Amino acid sequence: MTLTLQNLLPAAPEMFLLTMITLLLVIDVSLPERYRALTYQMAQATLVGVAVLVLMFYPEQQVLRFHDTFVNDALAAVLKLAIVLVTFFVFAYSKPYLQDRNLFKGEYFILGLMAVLGMLVLVSAHSLLTVYLGLELLSLSLYAMVGLHRESITASEAAMKYFVLGALASGMLLYGMSLFYGATGTLDLAEIARYLAGGTGSDGMIVQEFAGTRPVLILGLVFILVGIAFKLGAAPFHMWVPDVYHGAPTAVTLFIGSAPKIAAFAMLMRLLVDGLAGLDSDWTQILVILAIASMAIGNIIAIAQDNLKRMLAYSTIAHSGFLFLGIIAGTQAGFAASMFYVIVYALMAAGGFGMIIVLSRTGVEADRLDDFKGLNERSPWYAFLMLILMLSMAGVPPFLGFWAKWSVLREVVNADMIWLAVVAVCFAIIGLFYYLRVVRMMYFDAPLNQARIQAPAGMRVMISTNALAILALGVYPSALMAVCIAVMQ
Amino acid sequence: MIEQLFFYGFSAILIFAGVMVITARNSVHAALFLVLAFCTSAALWLLLEAEFLAMTLVLVYVGAVMVLFLFVVMMLDVNIAPLREGFIRYLPVGILVTTLIAVELAMTVGARRFGLDIMPAPVRQGPEYSNTETLGLALYTDYLYPFEIAAVILLVAMVAAIVLTMRRRQGVKHQKPEQQVTVRREDRVKLVKM
Repeated sequence: MTLTLQNLLPAAPEMFLLTMITLLLVIDVSLPERYRALTYQMAQATLVGVAVLVLMFYPEQQVLRFHDTFVNDALAAVLKLAIVLVTFFVFAYSKPYLQDRNLFKGEYFILGLMAVLGMLVLVSAHSLLTVYLGLELLSLSLYAMVGLHRESITASEAAMKYFVLGALASGMLLYGMSLFYGATGTLDLAEIARYLAGGTGSDGMIVQEFAGTRPVLILGLVFILVGIAFKLGAAPFHMWVPDVYHGAPTAVTLFIGSAPKIAAFAMLMRLLVDGLAGLDSDWTQILVILAIASMAIGNIIAIAQDNLKRMLAYSTIAHSGFLFLGIIAGTQAGFAASMFYVIVYALMAAGGFGMIIVLSRTGVEADRLDDFKGLNERSPWYAFLMLILMLSMAGVPPFLGFWAKWSVLREVVNADMIWLAVVAVCFAIIGLFYYLRVVRMMYFDAPLNQARIQAPAGMRVMISTNALAILALGVYPSALMAVCIAVMQ
Repeated sequence: MIEQLFFYGFSAILIFAGVMVITARNSVHAALFLVLAFCTSAALWLLLEAEFLAMTLVLVYVGAVMVLFLFVVMMLDVNIAPLREGFIRYLPVGILVTTLIAVELAMTVGARRFGLDIMPAPVRQGPEYSNTETLGLALYTDYLYPFEIAAVILLVAMVAAIVLTMRRRQGVKHQKPEQQVTVRREDRVKLVKM
């Protein structure tokens, strides 16, 4: 492949994003403090630009570039759009929070954009090397963002924990990848898939039966799954999730809890479905255990939390368990259901953490459950928005979260694993308790204080749009679902 | 034959150095053993005719990273005693996990699956063969995209390091070069009639 502009165009969103990041770095340094909002506006404009470029170069079919290390297909394009959209909301919610806490620096947005770049790379990865580098780009930006609030001891502790455990998980993932490279002799995901299918290699030679290297591959698979489970926050690799979510500034928690989940799903799809489909009987079993453990630990321990950020952290763990269900089903419809789930979850998480920011004021972090007591008396509208978000996360019809749960469960039943669906439903019912507790506190308890909710107008519009979109999409879920199904074919 | 001898010699030193890094009582000694580990790995790479990688390992890791590391270790003056308190307590779990992983690896990554009959030794190249040139060509063609991403990761590290460490404290005396170079004689020197 020659490096002409025409050939590079499928990667235009990534190139544009990187150009803008470097430009923003230079502009932000020379910007006087009072014009800081310009960095924010340019970051948002960059996200819009990336979305436009993704749509402009929406691929008709799979396009491989850069010596097959980069892939652009419908899955990549749709997930990129979802990531950019969720990040747009996240940045908008973060602005008032950061301004109140003297954290409104250009670095939040620049590191955020770098994390987005990492996610885009991960989503478009077609080689073990690109998967790893995209993941590192994403994770490194997130570690730094968690530690952004330097005066806060909890934030520094969270950053340290996240960094050390994250580095360990990256090491595991990398070791698994090295075993795969050793056994198959290639980093290319399609080549690995061909090797596992026993077909012909790129040089036309018949690949030998892989039974001999099978134990090596299984060991590598275990290491890779540990890495993925850690990044997704699935039990039993979930230890960092509550501490990091709790310790990080809410604006950063909001970011970590939403868009990177979509990227983690993409990593799961690229590695397991694109690359290791030949080992599906092995990874399905491991995923079943991860899914059940995540749903159990997430839903049960969440009940004992009195801090909303910690509760939502455990809810994330539970949701990652549900996310696995569609992939366990192992069909195209199952993958589509999981994709639907992760996009829906990212929207709900953005809204949920956004509500904490709405209620927070200068010097007050409204992240305890008590802060939501009597919200209906203080502001019926925000109580209603929170009601939508909580019921949707719990999976109550007709909200969007219900359709997400319903679609993965349907695929599990279609795959003849009714027992797994029953287990999942049981844990979902347990989970209903703690979501409904928040609703009860908002509507039936007396408020602890009557402080006015002082969210700027832009924030009000965004959070209302977010919650109402969940309501509206819940009424008409077929449009988004149709996109997910079309992508998987 | 002589090459194998060198290989086993360097490997033995490497393993010894690796063990000493985590067991040495003095953290400066641990850092120095890490230097030894890097040097012996570089020697192993030389045996594989990967001269460029060997040199980079010595220059970058031994020359730059580890020297910086030693500075940090000496400046921080870490009290090692509290860090070692849990050592005996966690030892059984540690040994169990290590043994498990070692057995798993021995079962999978052995001569049976990666022996010379399955993975033949690389062909020995002549003296005119440039390892550096081949590596450079591969980096800038086949691996251009990963190479660029790696560069961005370094940029992130730079931004992150500055964000996490730079602070403007009040009352600290800075040099201001831009003002210093534009200073005029009248600003500093005053002629006083005595």
